[in-house]
Amino acid sequence: MELGFLLGSIVKIVGILAYLYGLLWVLARPNRWVKIIGVLAAFGVVQLALTDWGGFQLLTNFDSGLLFQACAMTMVALGLNLIYGFNGQFSLGQWGFYGIGAYTAADITYRWVNGDARGLLVVGFGTILGGLALIYIGRWLKRFRGVPVLSSFTLYLIGAILAATVAVYIGNALNPMLEPLLGTNLNPGVLNSPFALQIVFFLAVVFAGIFAAEVSFLFGLPVLTLGSDYFGIATLGFTIVVNVLMINSDTILPFPEMKGGRGMVGIPKLTTWFWAFFFMMAVIIIMRNLIQSSTGRAIISVREDEVAAKAMGIDVAGSKLLAFVVGSFFAGIGGAVYAHFIGFLSPGTFGFLQSFNPLIIVVFGGLGSMTGTIAASFGWIFFLEGLLRVLLSQMGTEAPTWRFVLYPITLLLLMLIRPQGLLGNIEWGFLKHKDVLPREISVVEKPEVAASEA
Amino acid sequence: MMTSISTILEISDLTKFFGGLGAVRNFDLTLRKGDLNGLIGPNGAGKTTVFNLITGIYEPTAGDIIFNNSSIVGLEPFEITRLGIARTFQNIRLFSNLTVLDNVRIAYHPHSKYGMADGILHNRKFEVNEKELTEKAQEFLAIFGLENLQNEIAKNLPYGQQRRVEIARALACEPQLLLLDEPAAGMNPREILELMDLIHFIHDRFDLTILLIEHQMRVVMGICKFITVMDFGQVIARGTPKEIQENERVIEAYLGKGAVHAA
Repeated sequence: MELGFLLGSIVKIVGILAYLYGLLWVLARPNRWVKIIGVLAAFGVVQLALTDWGGFQLLTNFDSGLLFQACAMTMVALGLNLIYGFNGQFSLGQWGFYGIGAYTAADITYRWVNGDARGLLVVGFGTILGGLALIYIGRWLKRFRGVPVLSSFTLYLIGAILAATVAVYIGNALNPMLEPLLGTNLNPGVLNSPFALQIVFFLAVVFAGIFAAEVSFLFGLPVLTLGSDYFGIATLGFTIVVNVLMINSDTILPFPEMKGGRGMVGIPKLTTWFWAFFFMMAVIIIMRNLIQSSTGRAIISVREDEVAAKAMGIDVAGSKLLAFVVGSFFAGIGGAVYAHFIGFLSPGTFGFLQSFNPLIIVVFGGLGSMTGTIAASFGWIFFLEGLLRVLLSQMGTEAPTWRFVLYPITLLLLMLIRPQGLLGNIEWGFLKHKDVLPREISVVEKPEVAASEA
Repeated sequence: MMTSISTILEISDLTKFFGGLGAVRNFDLTLRKGDLNGLIGPNGAGKTTVFNLITGIYEPTAGDIIFNNSSIVGLEPFEITRLGIARTFQNIRLFSNLTVLDNVRIAYHPHSKYGMADGILHNRKFEVNEKELTEKAQEFLAIFGLENLQNEIAKNLPYGQQRRVEIARALACEPQLLLLDEPAAGMNPREILELMDLIHFIHDRFDLTILLIEHQMRVVMGICKFITVMDFGQVIARGTPKEIQENERVIEAYLGKGAVHAA
């Protein structure tokens, strides 16, 4: 039984890796239609495996839970890889942004299904107005030379607070108009139909991501001027602050529905395989395109040598902030997807010890390798949650405790054998950098080498 | 001081103190368009500090730096580079884990004609401009005979070629003024000869003004038309290579007796 289960698990892990490889391979095909059909097929295969065919289901509910968790983790870890692997800024704050995204999105949909539209209205208007405020303040500040970073931070903060205040007023004013359409929990209104809920879920995820990104902008602006190690400590502090706020969300924050340390229950389980796949692919494609553009090269140059990057006309502070904000956006989206498949949020999930999880995944998969991060996210979830938990539980009730002995040992061994991470900087298919062919005609002539003036 | 149209860089009374240590004191320098001048001096004379002050890595304690008739003191280094001052480094500072081509493409980033949104969407604008940008970078590499090495990782190149990549990268910033910090350091005599020709060539082809720090006397004496000599943070002599060779203060402070033949 145990051996059979072990073999089955190994087959599953190999299957996942083959699946990811195939997915990235088909995305790299030049023909647009092949790409679209390939991605649809990749989606469909898993969807079929998740469907219940009269009692037979290839992937059980337990598996699908792991799958969604792996998708969410992929988004978070990719975001961290952008910040740490590509931009070189050691951050432990990713988990905090993950938590912000999870709680924000959960609050929107929770309120919505309970007949309160303020969550969506306030967060929606808040993120849009806040974003506009930040962008316009940024443009205005460009006119001045040598503005101290704390001064500009103060201006941004005032702008964000004003935008938030306006959003709260708008939300409270518009809520009575929408409330009748929402209905109550027992008697859902028009806007609580399954279709409308899907749209609300989509908006909630996107707004949660933008909200996390805006928080990261405000936090990163002053903190990113610190050197890399100090930045790591500051971001760890951020994660702890977010966690403490979660634990006390019903007392010091005005969110009784989050129920503080007892955990938020009753979040509608809206994450389907479609949404998990959709958001994961969106994150992968956005990040790959960003990395392979000129902006991405500027981000990487900051990791390689800050002084040289400055001397080459790269806005180093701006690049750091950009990577941090985009990475946090991914974390926020990942958190929102996570919250809606698990249906229950506990502040314990977002504790600072767990904040090392994405870091471990990124280092495990290889810093600066997107493929490695994706593979490691899936591998990590299935190894730790799937393989070890189930396998060990068959040996006795106390045995699962051993997984946190086996797991660090595995990490240790990997770091000893392959310090550059599982995949180093290898990329698969779609994520691979295209080799640039040498030019055929050289427009300018080379100078002739003449030994003179010796 | 008067600034005429042909003056590209004018440094007046530049002073930089690190704590109580005066690294550069009352430094003056004027460059006209098309100059190819040298800045020499013994180790610790403050030459590299002057470069760091011009490029904005340090902020001067006093004095002014006028580039193209406007002060650049207090600007961020990247802003100064975008105005048209590029540099190389004494100890090579390539983006060592990236390819040679990417090194040059990064320097061209401020001139790229597509934004982040185009990059994320991979739209037509991105494709056209990315291709143009790549070709431009390859053009710079071709000048330096590096076109076949474009996909090599920078740190794997031999020393002399890394120097060439660094100069190619600085040129990709499309500067008007190029600051070369000891370009011939660590090169063998053959490479030095090639380098001297190369500097002459880029000076003419790109219509550049070049200021060069160098220890190898024959490089400075061979290619610079005008030389400024520093010692202990101050200018001790200026003149043509011939004048400098005969200047007693220079010989005493820098060359020392018996080193004159090196030129």
